[in-house]
Amino acid sequence: MLNIKNLQVGLEEEEKQILKGVDLNIGEGEVHAIMGPNGSGKSTTSYVLAGKDGYEVTGGSATLNGEELLDMEPEERAAAGLFLAFQYPVEIPGVGNMTFLRTAVNAQRKARGEEELSAGEFLKEVRAKAKSLKIDADMLKRPVNVGFSGGEKKRNEILQMAMLEPKMCVLDETDSGLDVDAMKLVAEGVNALRDGKRSFLVITHYQRLLDHIKPDVVHIMADGKIVKTGGPELALEVENNGYADILAEVA
Amino acid sequence: MAVSQPKLEGAANLAAHFTVPTGAKWANDTRANALSVFNAQGAPHKRDEYWRYTDPSALTAVPTAPAALFSNDEAPMFDGIDRVRVVFVDGIFDADQSDDLTLSGANIETLADVTGADIHWAKDLYGQLEANGQNPVQRPLAALNTAVADQGLVIHVTAKCEKPLAIRYVHSNENSDAVVHHVIKIDEGAEFTLLESGAGAARFNSVLEVDVADTAQFHHVRTQGRDHERKTVTHMFGRLGRESVLRSFTMTVNGVLTRNDAVLEFTGDDAQATVAGACAGDGTGFHHDDTVFVTHDSVNCESRQVFKKVLRNGATGVFQGKILVKEDAQKTDGYQISQGLLLDDNSNFLAKPELEIYADDVACSHGSTVGAIDDDALFYLISRGVPRKQAQDMLVLAFLAEAIEEIDNEELAEDILNRLAAWMERR
Ligand SMILES: Nc1ncnc2c1ncn2[C@@H]1O[C@H](COP(=O)(O)OP(=O)(O)O)[C@@H](O)[C@H]1O
Ligand SMILES: [Mg+2]
Repeated sequence: MLNIKNLQVGLEEEEKQILKGVDLNIGEGEVHAIMGPNGSGKSTTSYVLAGKDGYEVTGGSATLNGEELLDMEPEERAAAGLFLAFQYPVEIPGVGNMTFLRTAVNAQRKARGEEELSAGEFLKEVRAKAKSLKIDADMLKRPVNVGFSGGEKKRNEILQMAMLEPKMCVLDETDSGLDVDAMKLVAEGVNALRDGKRSFLVITHYQRLLDHIKPDVVHIMADGKIVKTGGPELALEVENNGYADILAEVA
Repeated sequence: MAVSQPKLEGAANLAAHFTVPTGAKWANDTRANALSVFNAQGAPHKRDEYWRYTDPSALTAVPTAPAALFSNDEAPMFDGIDRVRVVFVDGIFDADQSDDLTLSGANIETLADVTGADIHWAKDLYGQLEANGQNPVQRPLAALNTAVADQGLVIHVTAKCEKPLAIRYVHSNENSDAVVHHVIKIDEGAEFTLLESGAGAARFNSVLEVDVADTAQFHHVRTQGRDHERKTVTHMFGRLGRESVLRSFTMTVNGVLTRNDAVLEFTGDDAQATVAGACAGDGTGFHHDDTVFVTHDSVNCESRQVFKKVLRNGATGVFQGKILVKEDAQKTDGYQISQGLLLDDNSNFLAKPELEIYADDVACSHGSTVGAIDDDALFYLISRGVPRKQAQDMLVLAFLAEAIEEIDNEELAEDILNRLAAWMERR
């Protein structure tokens, strides 16, 4: 599904290398987790995959089902099936949540040569999915993320993911700032999308999210590289001992 | 201070270019006075304080430069709305294209029709609010308008009107130089909605005087026509009585030069006024200026000025807004916001917000910002699959929407928003 090879990324504006050769292979239907200390390059990895400006790819590749993501515009990556749930979802005053979501769904459909959803079909689908994420009608009507609590913003990310039905979902610290109930809700939303084909890359600091979204593979990222890869037990090790032991071991 | 020779000559040239109508006894004195005011003030000049950001020479040139006609296949503005439709072609009332001037709750006449009258109620309004509005700031092009206009509508509103009056200004002659003057008197408790659309002429000078009596309401929505080379100067003079409401919104795209002045005065307590504008400018030829002067001279009134301008490819937007709160105008709530959204480094937004407050118990705020598209918001939209241009348009519309929301009528607001969206999609 997603194959990242020796990905090297610096900043456009200044001389600074952030990713120093990331390798990652996620197969169809798999759930991978990336953990790692602050500043190790986790968000950068997700942004570069999604195509955010400001980064310079100095080497390597990232393909989605064999197609080079790094050559595509961000909207093409989305249409190709990549979705990034942001660590900090952006507030956009003046753009209605529903309008935005419908525009996005139909833009992707159009890009893939599929038929656009009618207003009625869209409404029916969004209502059902919002309900299961406990997103009320009022939140749907409000401008994108404006005045949403931290938890509401994250649930809104999952709603977008559910509506856009991507192949490859990248979740950047979707658990940060959530209380236990909100996290469960988010995890349920994610699990509902697991269908054996869709793949997930879950970036998190905490084991507790991984109690709810069970990963097949856990990676540890440090200083711009994947330094260790293992099974779910790796996350438990981090939870109990922190990163120090692992980092010392690989140094 | 002595008026400079070029200003005096400019005024003389303009005055000679137009004719002062003489048929109407009721208006003769007003017109003569306005003409002498204009001649004494001189034509506006870019060195005038009030024209510091906008060069008025295209508005004072004799004759006016021609403006190519703009045509497209889109439905005329406000076509879908139940209304009484009035058409002016190059500034001249066109009875054939207009509906009957009958609207329950209002008596509508044309200025040309009442020009032959010896006495008319309009004597108390025509040129009067304009004359009041000459102080403390001179508005020579409005004085000129009062002196020479023989086209316009004279409307007396006595009740709540069921539908709006929609004036469409057609520009059909490349060299037309139009002067239009409307007066609207809205009686106590009455309500009236005026819609205006179109470029009107190569050069278009319009004055609207509206007297909103106690508890009366005036709603005004205007779109200014997309002819690229048109030059427009408008003045709205409004007086607000007790518990009255005035809401005015203007949308402007295209046009080499637009200057919209709004001059409002609160004379009764507990009244509300809003002047708002959304403007989208493209190209070095585009210059758009909103100049607003609100005077609070009564207690507990609320005024809002909300102006948003999106500018690109070297376009210029100007906002000069003033709130004057006189000594006894306690509990005034004055709000003013002007914002420029620059889509590139070549465009300019110039703002001069001013507060002058003599009362001590007031809440006035003003803010002016200029900025670019928020990159994070743009990326957020694009990352969800919305193509970059469409995403940018969404953010531009969202920015303008805050001004459009000032329109008190959802149907009209949506009409404006859809129209803007369609225009953006085309380019
Ligand atoms: N746009 C940027 N400008 C400057 N520094 C950046 C930028 N993006 C990331 N960095 C730096 O790159 C490193 C990795 O950041 P990030 O990917 O956000 O880490 P993580 O998500 O693992 O905490 C940090 O040192 C961070 O300060
Ligand atoms: Mg991060």
